[in-house]
Amino acid sequence: MNTPRFNYHGVWAIYQFEIARTLRTLLQSIATPVITTSLYFVVFGSAIGSRMSNIDGVPYGAFIVPGLMMLAVLTESISNSSFAIYLPKFTGTIYELLSAPVSPFEVVLAYVGAATTKSVVLGLLILATASMFVPLQILHPWWMLSFLVLTALSFCLFGFVIGIWANGWEQLQFIPMLVVTPLTFLGGTFYSISMLPPMWQKLALFNPVVYLISGFRWSFNGRADVAIEISLAFIAGFFLLCLAMVWWIFRSGYRLKA
Amino acid sequence: MSTVLDIRNVSKTYASGVSALQPINLAIEEGEIFALLGPNGAGKTTLISIICGIVTPTAGTVVAGGYDVQRDYRGARSLIGLVPQELATDAYETVWATVSYSRGLFGRAPDAGYIEKMLRALSLWDKRDARIRTLSGGMKRRVMIAKALSHEPRILFLDEPTAGVDVELRRDMWALVRELREQGVTIILTTHYIEEAEEMADRVGVINHGRLMLVEDKHTLMKKLGQKRLKLNLHQPLDSVPAALAAWRLTLEAEGHELHYLFDTRAEHSDVPALLRALDELGIAFKDLNTEQSSLEDIFVGLVSGERERVA
Ligand SMILES: Nc1ncnc2c1ncn2[C@@H]1O[C@H](COP(=O)(O)OP(=O)(O)O)[C@@H](O)[C@H]1O
Ligand SMILES: [Mg+2]
Repeated sequence: MNTPRFNYHGVWAIYQFEIARTLRTLLQSIATPVITTSLYFVVFGSAIGSRMSNIDGVPYGAFIVPGLMMLAVLTESISNSSFAIYLPKFTGTIYELLSAPVSPFEVVLAYVGAATTKSVVLGLLILATASMFVPLQILHPWWMLSFLVLTALSFCLFGFVIGIWANGWEQLQFIPMLVVTPLTFLGGTFYSISMLPPMWQKLALFNPVVYLISGFRWSFNGRADVAIEISLAFIAGFFLLCLAMVWWIFRSGYRLKA
Repeated sequence: MSTVLDIRNVSKTYASGVSALQPINLAIEEGEIFALLGPNGAGKTTLISIICGIVTPTAGTVVAGGYDVQRDYRGARSLIGLVPQELATDAYETVWATVSYSRGLFGRAPDAGYIEKMLRALSLWDKRDARIRTLSGGMKRRVMIAKALSHEPRILFLDEPTAGVDVELRRDMWALVRELREQGVTIILTTHYIEEAEEMADRVGVINHGRLMLVEDKHTLMKKLGQKRLKLNLHQPLDSVPAALAAWRLTLEAEGHELHYLFDTRAEHSDVPALLRALDELGIAFKDLNTEQSSLEDIFVGLVSGERERVA
């Protein structure tokens, strides 16, 4: 009997399963972030923004769009992807995944692929929502899309690692809540790093999210807090790091197999 | 018949230090029903989990259908279906979706006809659009069986398939097992119910404390099962079995106070009366006599407590 080199049906089954799970919880997975983001616009974009001057020649409302997209994509990527792999561990259905003829690469491709799809769609939905509040310009649409996909992909991988590492619901919430959300808020979502006092500017350079938001914002209006090459190198480096972690997890069977 | 599953020197020590399996060697023949019999904690689930890829063995190899389960896991796992001991299902999926998912996961193209046939056989057809969380425990177990069979495996593992299961499901399950066997599927089931092993299996393996203590054809076991033991409580203890009684398989127990006679109930005629007459002639008197069946349970208990000679 010949066994195929790539389990196409298996990858597709997991991918569909994950997308179906999203659609079933549509309100939670898509509507909630879109509504939350709209509220940000109402509060920061219109209410406060109308009293703010332009930043880098961009109206405040338009300025915060890339940051808000990143904020949502980062947190949702991590929580979607970590939940997706944590859930079968929690319910015990992971036995089936472990006993199926799927390679680690296929498992990651399917789970992370589905979570990335979700995050990218979510990012674009937020963009569409934003465009109803403020006039938007996107100078480099392909760069914008590339940044979006690469960021979603990297953080979905990161979420996958967290989902495997987590041994309880608290741990699952811990990193998104205590690490990622603060870093994102302090990463220039609502302001330009150049608006900070000099010492804080230096500190901000240790915040990885700054590079992501800066690069992403550049694709919109051509202005960046840090050089675009550095942003790109950073996100690519983070992607490779997450890939290495996932590779190690499957090689060692870490927290998956006794 | 050819070997479909070859377990060689497989042992497992968990990270906690628990040694769950001593080196196990076992060959399963294509198309047979093999029962792995042993008490809780014997290592049955561990062995199955190693074969299926859920637990990594500390040492040893397993070859399934010609594929090493670790090196050629794709080939091996495509052939294997597993119904685990614990109920674990996706609460919000429908029966149809979860079974189709399993088929895809194991690399098979969709086949609505096959899944329909299987769901009907498992009395799940009416529930195909029901969410799994709305089903009873018994129905959930049926769903797990359907998932395991969804990719038409050649080797099926049933880990404690009837533990806590109602009579109807038990009956359906045995009917299904027989039907699968007709189709040439090899079935390995674990149980701690002796009757179950007796009823279903072609061969029985007894496992305890991670050691495979006996592997025997069921008929051989049944032969032992067909034996009875006559116990005579003597008035006066004997030093040895008198030479005049050499024709019978007698042993002295309880420091010579008991005379035991092991005999086959299915023999043409029992020679118990002749033995009793011979004892009378020798003047050996007894206070009491009783007979007991040597059941698989006896054999099992004997093995498990390491007192093989009692049932030999
Ligand atoms: N994941 C695990 N980690 C540590 N010890 C385990 C694990 N799973 C099983 N064991 C231990 O291994 C032994 C065999 O267990 P198991 O294979 O489940 O036996 P059975 O299925 O025959 O009841 C038991 O002592 C059990 O406590
Ligand atoms: Mg068990």
